[in-house]
Amino acid sequence: MTIRFKRRSILPGFGLSLGFTLFYLSLIVLIPLSAVFVKTFSLTWHQFWHIVTARRALASYRLSFGASAIATLINLVFGLNVAWVLVRYQFPGKRLFDSLVDLPFALPTAVAGIALTTIYAPNGWIGRFLDKIGIKGAYSPLGVVIALTFTGLPFVVRTVQPVLEDLDKEMEEAAASLGAGRWQVVTRVLWPSVLPAALTGATMAFARAVGEYGSVVFISGNMPMRTEITPLLIVTKLQQYDYTGATAIAVVMLVAAFVLLLTINLLQVWSGHRRKIRAALESGAVPGSS
Amino acid sequence: MAATATFTRPKRKAVFRAEDATTEPRTVRGLLIGSAVLFLGIFLFLPLAVVFTAAFAKGVSLYLASLREPDALAAIRLTLLTAAIAVPLNLVFGVAAAWSIGKFEFLGKSLLITLIDLPFSVSPVVAGLIYVLCFGLQGLLGPWLAAHNIKIIFAVPGIVLATIFVTFPFVARELIPLFQAQGNEEEEAALTLGANGWQTLFRVTLPNAKWGLLYGVILSNARAMGEFGAVSVVSGHIRGLTNTMPLHIEILYNEYHFTAAFAVASLLTLLALLTLFLKSFVEWKSRQPGAPKEAAGGKEVAA
Repeated sequence: MTIRFKRRSILPGFGLSLGFTLFYLSLIVLIPLSAVFVKTFSLTWHQFWHIVTARRALASYRLSFGASAIATLINLVFGLNVAWVLVRYQFPGKRLFDSLVDLPFALPTAVAGIALTTIYAPNGWIGRFLDKIGIKGAYSPLGVVIALTFTGLPFVVRTVQPVLEDLDKEMEEAAASLGAGRWQVVTRVLWPSVLPAALTGATMAFARAVGEYGSVVFISGNMPMRTEITPLLIVTKLQQYDYTGATAIAVVMLVAAFVLLLTINLLQVWSGHRRKIRAALESGAVPGSS
Repeated sequence: MAATATFTRPKRKAVFRAEDATTEPRTVRGLLIGSAVLFLGIFLFLPLAVVFTAAFAKGVSLYLASLREPDALAAIRLTLLTAAIAVPLNLVFGVAAAWSIGKFEFLGKSLLITLIDLPFSVSPVVAGLIYVLCFGLQGLLGPWLAAHNIKIIFAVPGIVLATIFVTFPFVARELIPLFQAQGNEEEEAALTLGANGWQTLFRVTLPNAKWGLLYGVILSNARAMGEFGAVSVVSGHIRGLTNTMPLHIEILYNEYHFTAAFAVASLLTLLALLTLFLKSFVEWKSRQPGAPKEAAGGKEVAA
């Protein structure tokens, strides 16, 4: 049997829709993205390496990746907390909090940036308390961490919530009937199902945090070597017409984004795998389940 | 062998209750709820509160005056124009991509889906950079554009292009799983009844997917109006000409016109709240019994 490109179908419009899709995709995404690599190939490897490992660039990577990592950890811990509380408990205002979790997705980053800066500046609502104990909120790496925590807040919550909702109480009750205490049920029964989803959400939050620009540039202070994030370094180089330098740093960011995208896909395969096993168990093997 | 060997067990409660292993003690519950509410309160409610407090800090008349200022009006107009171009174009693309990917089987489908998702994983600044590299003066097409006196970068077309890039996948990502889940039966039935392709699309497929479609358009619009990083790179920041609302907010803030900056920001915040409300509404609608299958998932938006 010959290998066909497309399975037979009586529905019309395949050629037109696929053709338009590929055309639009190439025009808007693929061709412009390839411009980055075309530009970079005009550099020798030595020149490229020299640009991306300059001291200022290295300082920006440390800040961007470091602050993103800390913010992601905060979001992992509190994201699990929030997801658990939203799924398992009832309390006044729960529906409101639930819809508000998506605010960082919907709010423009510039608005988030100025709002957060105003709160954590030395005379701000929270900033004044931090100032009293000698901690700088805005215009410091801590400010960057705060902004990135805001930006990544919904990711872990929204990936863990469906998993928690899908969990069957019967499994917990079965564990209880076998003599498990609450802590054992949480750590041995619930946590293994939640872990892949939590890691997926955390990786997505990390990927978003590394590339974030708008929320961070207002609160960070933007001092080179100290509070300059990598996207800002790219913008600065562009403003100085150093297109080559900007492109080289952009390649570093694209490679990091690609690696993170791959990680996310693998994590989703892992959690999808677990979900299929569980679904199979629940549908067939467990007596009494619907 | 003692006949009365005793066997010590760890102390257990006299009565075993199922709730002991399926719920947490009340103090733990209280702590968990308290910490979650505190966390959300600090990170979500405070920024909302500060936007509106700062916007109205000097009274309603100053608030309205900031919005009626010519540069602010120009920024609002440009934001609306950009969204009015970017969202419909990406909507048409989304429907075309969903039709080809969701209704047919062919080699390379997952690769295509991954490519469509690419704009999501690219930093907004890099998104702007790629268009500067293509169309800027030193860019690939720069000399040709200069010779024909066409301005793309540092002008409105560049802003529209960058916005199209960042909102590219929204509608497609919503519709593709929806079209796939709904299968081909209804379309094939329509064809046997004599409908042509376009009639099938508009009378059968799209009405079935209307909530997913609406959802994708809402998210796409919110992102288009709020995009900052990508637009900042291609814009040129020319007051009154190439500033969108987020860029205008940046200018006002950097010049210490805090009230004016928050006044414009409050408009975008209202849009964000409206987006959240519509999102909940669409999710509620698609959960109704008898509604077309498929709820909307949580997707990413902001710039």
